[in-house]
Amino acid sequence: MFFRMLTGALLRQRGRMAMIALTMALGASICTAMLNVMFDVGDKVNQELKSYGANLTVVPRGASFLGDLYGDAGPADESAGQDKYLAEDELPKLKTIFWAFNIVDFAPYLQTDALVKGSGNAIDAPVLGTWFDKRFDSPTGESVQTGMVRLKSWWDVDGAWAQDGGPEGEASCMVGANLASKLGVRPGDRVSVTAKGGARLVIAGVFHSGGSEDDCLFAPLWFAQEISGRQGLVSRVEVSALTTPENELARRAARDPNSLSRHEWDTWYCTAYISSIAYQIEEVISNARAKPVLQVAESEGAILQKTQLLMILLTALSLSCASLAISNLVTASVMERSAEIGLIKAVGATSFEVSALIITETMITALLGGALGYFAGLGFAQLIGHTVFGSAIEIRPLVIPLVTLLTVTVALAGSLPAIRLLLSLRPAEVLHGR
Amino acid sequence: MVNILELIDVSMVYGQVRALSNVSMSVGQGEWLAIMGPSGSGKTTMMNIIGCMGKPTSGSVLLDGEELSKLSSAELTAIRRDKIGLIFQQFHLISYLTALENVMVAQYYHSMTDEGEALKALERVGLADRAKHLPSQLSGGEQQRACIARALINYPRLILADEPTGNLDEANERVVLDILRGLHEGGATIIVVTHDPEVAYEADRTVYLEHGRIADVVKKAPEASVVRAEEFSLSHDC
Repeated sequence: MFFRMLTGALLRQRGRMAMIALTMALGASICTAMLNVMFDVGDKVNQELKSYGANLTVVPRGASFLGDLYGDAGPADESAGQDKYLAEDELPKLKTIFWAFNIVDFAPYLQTDALVKGSGNAIDAPVLGTWFDKRFDSPTGESVQTGMVRLKSWWDVDGAWAQDGGPEGEASCMVGANLASKLGVRPGDRVSVTAKGGARLVIAGVFHSGGSEDDCLFAPLWFAQEISGRQGLVSRVEVSALTTPENELARRAARDPNSLSRHEWDTWYCTAYISSIAYQIEEVISNARAKPVLQVAESEGAILQKTQLLMILLTALSLSCASLAISNLVTASVMERSAEIGLIKAVGATSFEVSALIITETMITALLGGALGYFAGLGFAQLIGHTVFGSAIEIRPLVIPLVTLLTVTVALAGSLPAIRLLLSLRPAEVLHGR
Repeated sequence: MVNILELIDVSMVYGQVRALSNVSMSVGQGEWLAIMGPSGSGKTTMMNIIGCMGKPTSGSVLLDGEELSKLSSAELTAIRRDKIGLIFQQFHLISYLTALENVMVAQYYHSMTDEGEALKALERVGLADRAKHLPSQLSGGEQQRACIARALINYPRLILADEPTGNLDEANERVVLDILRGLHEGGATIIVVTHDPEVAYEADRTVYLEHGRIADVVKKAPEASVVRAEEFSLSHDC
């Protein structure tokens, strides 16, 4: 009987129920889109911010100590011993840490001062050996491609990026705009570089970075190792990693991981905080100290938190509007059906039974609208993804129970004024007008 | 005759309006009582109090010996559900349910539905062949008969009818009165609130209300009844 009454009421009020479903669909669609974007925005914003550089620098412990003392985390000087360098052959291990997939890109550097001679002038300039677009297989068997091409994607390059190549062919290089100007060279020209050893390089491109790199020459890592006599060594590694915004636990861990309880330590280690990724890097690279570039890491966290807060506020606002609209519609429905409700009460229905009938009607309609809104929301999410981030938004199954829960809550909250009205409705008043 | 209902010194006040003023009366088991009076005389208020749809401002109402004026709203609902069958002038059938389903609504909120039983109730009022019709497909008389079937379905101790023929033509009025007469002959206790002397004429006793007080009580006598009905009609018709 309950279902007959329910079905009858739903069909009879098709128009009003369609309005409730539509209202809920609108609320649920915004909610679905925002939640999916919110859960994915971390990765998306991180990806966007990755294009502005590394957020971790890995340096040898000795160099780090000097850097800490003198406020310079730059490369170890040439005269330092082997312990002031990292081993190049250990770098693939970066892709074996717990958060390996969050290591987006990295590039090693070996800096040496050399005499660089262009068409006329010869200038002492910093020469940095690096990976431009290196491909290798990690110890886990994964094929990895990384280097400056990705890490310094915002550089304005005239010409082309240099190739990593090998000793057998002519090596290419990138020359900073300031240095190129001093040397009087352009892409396609050749420069000779002399340190402990010397060789000629063809200039693949001249870049403008807006920073101190504009005074440097970037050559393949093997070349810098060869001319400096530091075979198989690098002086630092820049790492770009996808991270989770820091919280109190992460800050405590960054100060001293040993201060954490076992449970806290597990939580911290298994969360992609920049400090836990740094810790894991230090675990796999010998003699290394991984230091977060705090201004980048904290900016990422702040942007992410603000973006997520905005999404939550939008979701809350849309659901509040939906709740208000549903409240009006259900209240109007109860007022319209006051005689019917009065009759049901007169024949013996309790307030609970009548409320259950109205709430069930509203809930079924809202859930239908919510389901419709969910699928519409998936479309909105993809639209936002492609418009704002230029890529698809990953659909999270977790959003389904969340949207269902929020739909039920909104429908219940929207029904409350109507239920209050219904409880105060006296059969005698609606059936006899008194 | 055992009294099924007793009103003792019952008053009802709405703000400045005294709808009922110190009314006392009783209704015996199996009795058919008519309540008449002009508009504003307190008929509907009395019906609401007897039907457990309102509580008096003062006084006692005893139904089957149970004091109603002290019961909570939920307890009054239970009494209404278990002991009272309500018949309305406007029928108040649920528009999206068939005649049969409208009868079953009362079963559902009483205990459990039984389609066969509901169909029998419709048979008793001569509406079995229209059981699957919606109220909009029924005439006024048929709707009132469905309303009566709904009132009867839970075997109430008291049938309370508010202007049961008020919206019917003469032919349907006769049909409804025949049904009520049949119920009365079967031992049902009936209270009818009416303006219609023809309906009051059928009752064992008629209580006449005026300004919230009992102005007159007329018992049915074979010879006097017609006269009383005409008197009612002439002197108190509204």
